[in-house]
Amino acid sequence: MSVARSAFRMAKFGRSTYLPMTSVLTSRITINSLQTKDPLSNKINIETQQPRYFSSEAPRDVQKEIGDLVAKNKVVIFMKGVPEAPQCGFSNAVVQILRMHAVTYDAHNVLVDEELRQGIKDFSSWPTIPQVYIEGEFIGGCDILLQMHQTGELIEELQKVGIKSALMDPEDEKK
Amino acid sequence: VNLLTRNMSGMAGPVASIIERKLTDMLKPSHLQIINESYMHSVPKNSETHFKVVVVSESFTDKKPLARHRLVNDVLKEELSSGVHALSINAFTPEQWDKGRQVDKSPNCMGGF
Repeated sequence: MSVARSAFRMAKFGRSTYLPMTSVLTSRITINSLQTKDPLSNKINIETQQPRYFSSEAPRDVQKEIGDLVAKNKVVIFMKGVPEAPQCGFSNAVVQILRMHAVTYDAHNVLVDEELRQGIKDFSSWPTIPQVYIEGEFIGGCDILLQMHQTGELIEELQKVGIKSALMDPEDEKK
Repeated sequence: VNLLTRNMSGMAGPVASIIERKLTDMLKPSHLQIINESYMHSVPKNSETHFKVVVVSESFTDKKPLARHRLVNDVLKEELSSGVHALSINAFTPEQWDKGRQVDKSPNCMGGF
């Protein structure tokens, strides 16, 4: 249990959002000496020995966290699994489409964070995963992204925020 | 034309029937297809957790895809917050449908839930 919670803490602090489960299970030493930065004093705290439990933590503001996450990068997705190993066909479809356009993006795995999983649904008033955000704006899920990809609308949306899709027609670049 | 997937004994599941009723009542579709895709995923047999819906309705006129999906999500709010876990929506206006818009096959399950 503490292993899963520590994995959650790592995801929460924004580092290694692609944390693969295997490395979590094998690197117990890393987990037991998690380094965090105190936001107020900028001191580095080294938490050793005792895994932290939810009851001793300050209440988490998931909505604010999500607001920060979607602002961090031009393209942000919430998915099941990680881009290297999606755990859902719909999430995989989103990953593959973004790969075709050669877009760099942040990906957040809702399967390792139950609060995030529910929180992202509340945040966008959208009931399913995956969810795609461009410049902080919710774009849609797998169906919508696929449709936009097929109609060329995705290339346009990316161009609007300054991302050049790998699939952009050379003639369109002059527009 | 209303099409509802039925199992071997010709019965549509309860959730599928509710979905059909709600979408018919609220969106007055000219064409409606409700496909239970739970069998494609790692859930027990006879589950009603993953659906694909094809809805052709005038209510979608002048609405962008996201707005159309939100409309459908809203109609099925209750189902989506209880058992239904994934919903693939294909929403067209009658004009788009007549022009021959294609419905894509849903991607394969990759194990997670």
